[in-house]
Amino acid sequence: MLTEKKFNLIIVLGIFTFSLIGYVMSEPYFITLATKIVILGIAGCALNLILGFGGMVSFGHAMFFGVGGYVAAISAFHSMNGESIDLIFFDFNGSSQMLFNWFLAVIFSMFFALLVGSISIRTSGVYFIMITLAFAQMTYYFSVGWTKYGGEDGLSTYVRNDLFSINTMLPLNFFIICFSCLCIVGFILNWVINSNFGNFLKGCKENEEKMISLGLNPYTLKLTAFVISGAITGLAGALYVDLNRFVSPTSLSWQTSGELIVLVILGGSARLFGPLLGAIVFILLEQFLGEVTENWQFWLGVILVLIVLYFPKGVSGLFIKD
Amino acid sequence: MSLQLFIEQLLNGIQFGFMLFLMSAGLTLIFGVMGLINLAHGSFFMIGAFSASFVAGLTGNFILAILASLIFPALIGIMVEFAIIRKLYERDHLDQVLATFALILLFSEATRYIFGAFPLFLDIPNILQGNILLPGEIVYSKYRLIIIIIGLFIAVGLYFLINRTLLGIQIKAGQNDRQMIRVLGINISRLYTIVFAMGAALAGLAGALIGAIQSVEVGMGEPVLILAFVVIVIGGIGSIKGALIGALLIGVLDTMARLFLPIFFELIMETSQALSLGSSLASMSAYLLMTLVLIFRPTGLFGKK
Repeated sequence: MLTEKKFNLIIVLGIFTFSLIGYVMSEPYFITLATKIVILGIAGCALNLILGFGGMVSFGHAMFFGVGGYVAAISAFHSMNGESIDLIFFDFNGSSQMLFNWFLAVIFSMFFALLVGSISIRTSGVYFIMITLAFAQMTYYFSVGWTKYGGEDGLSTYVRNDLFSINTMLPLNFFIICFSCLCIVGFILNWVINSNFGNFLKGCKENEEKMISLGLNPYTLKLTAFVISGAITGLAGALYVDLNRFVSPTSLSWQTSGELIVLVILGGSARLFGPLLGAIVFILLEQFLGEVTENWQFWLGVILVLIVLYFPKGVSGLFIKD
Repeated sequence: MSLQLFIEQLLNGIQFGFMLFLMSAGLTLIFGVMGLINLAHGSFFMIGAFSASFVAGLTGNFILAILASLIFPALIGIMVEFAIIRKLYERDHLDQVLATFALILLFSEATRYIFGAFPLFLDIPNILQGNILLPGEIVYSKYRLIIIIIGLFIAVGLYFLINRTLLGIQIKAGQNDRQMIRVLGINISRLYTIVFAMGAALAGLAGALIGAIQSVEVGMGEPVLILAFVVIVIGGIGSIKGALIGALLIGVLDTMARLFLPIFFELIMETSQALSLGSSLASMSAYLLMTLVLIFRPTGLFGKK
């Protein structure tokens, strides 16, 4: 059994080693898998901030993942084809800079989370699940109908954006970029969880009345957490677009929201970085089962059911002692 | 636009509404009585359609096919309830969402394995093909009219079941106070199994009825499932009356939005853009309505406070 700190260190180093092995063995596919794990792990950890610690089951987190992705892709798309967007005060020409596109993705998903959160957090329980789902479905159908940016077919950005003078098309370089993002996000989330704010948030999950009587406003606390979570998920979405050089309405679909929840529960929602382990297990299972059998989704379903029924603390519960 | 077209579309909306009602009735009962969020409800829709199409292919008899669409999903529902679902009632919503999400993967893949990846077809029987002339010179599809009538029968039947039978009283008691009905000596796990099987059968029936209009394929249940969730949230979770009103509301709204929004946008933009924008806004309309309802009534129209 491990302490939580050791557990975090081991999985983070494990992912890094995995991609290094891929590099040494000249198996770029391993590196891509590791990159995918890192990106989905970021999104999962962000979702876990509100789900595991705030008790808010968002069944629409794909909307932030997709909005971040679309914003980054649209900016890259315009930079490529030279067509500018008329924004009344100035013309926006798009950008091929990763940092700038991430910034846009985070800002947009943050404001979107503020809008969605301010309405959704008035409800609770199953109604919260459903209203977040409803918002995600609306963005999904909006992206399907927006033919200027590909509609149902999605939008290709062909090349990866630039970051300083790094060759981002090399798998290992891009992996290290994403890995750095994971570390930064990890530190931020860890700091948030252990701050006073984090304790109040956990308090809201346990007993909202008590928080009110302490003079705190649960609505503001939950909304703040929701916005932080949405912004980080947006960043993950932008990274995912860079990885695939493609974005489509699928990234906004309810299946994607469901998969993000799967990562959280699979890894264990009681731990901040549980979802990272969830991402490792999920992606490797997908990969492994996909090679063994054509009907891998069936077995994935069986395994997930067994985990829910018999390992309620998720896979991380097997390694961490309380 | 002629009045006839308008009324025809209105009837289409009502037909769609009754189909949604068949899905939502089970969903809302399962949530109301057992407190379970069942994402796998859409799988029973699919299983119903596949069993109907299989039996129709075997026997050529539509009535038998419809019976199969009730019986097979109910049987599979009983098995799944017994093996898995039962363990989830006491868990929180999160575990239920994950486990039933996993069940979707399991059911979809199993169906693909058994029936192959290609869509199947279910033919409308000869006597129900073609149109019927309704009062007011309205020409309407016989089959869709039958769906409306079946939906009406089920709605009335459920009303009597809930309000006039012992089982109904137990269900209502279960919604109000789960502990109490256990104390009263009612076999609660049998009641749960019955409610789950009934929900599965209704979803299966909806799948078979719709399967004859569209094609029968893997994944057909999920879009309907999501709309059914919208319906029960609008109606108030646990309320059959709410499910009926919500379903008709969503059915008519969705159909009308699909008809009118493209026409409206054609006035201000070119046709192809108007069509795609109109249809995507129409798809959003149900969710928009749900959001509005929840803003003003956070527990739905007929939900308990």
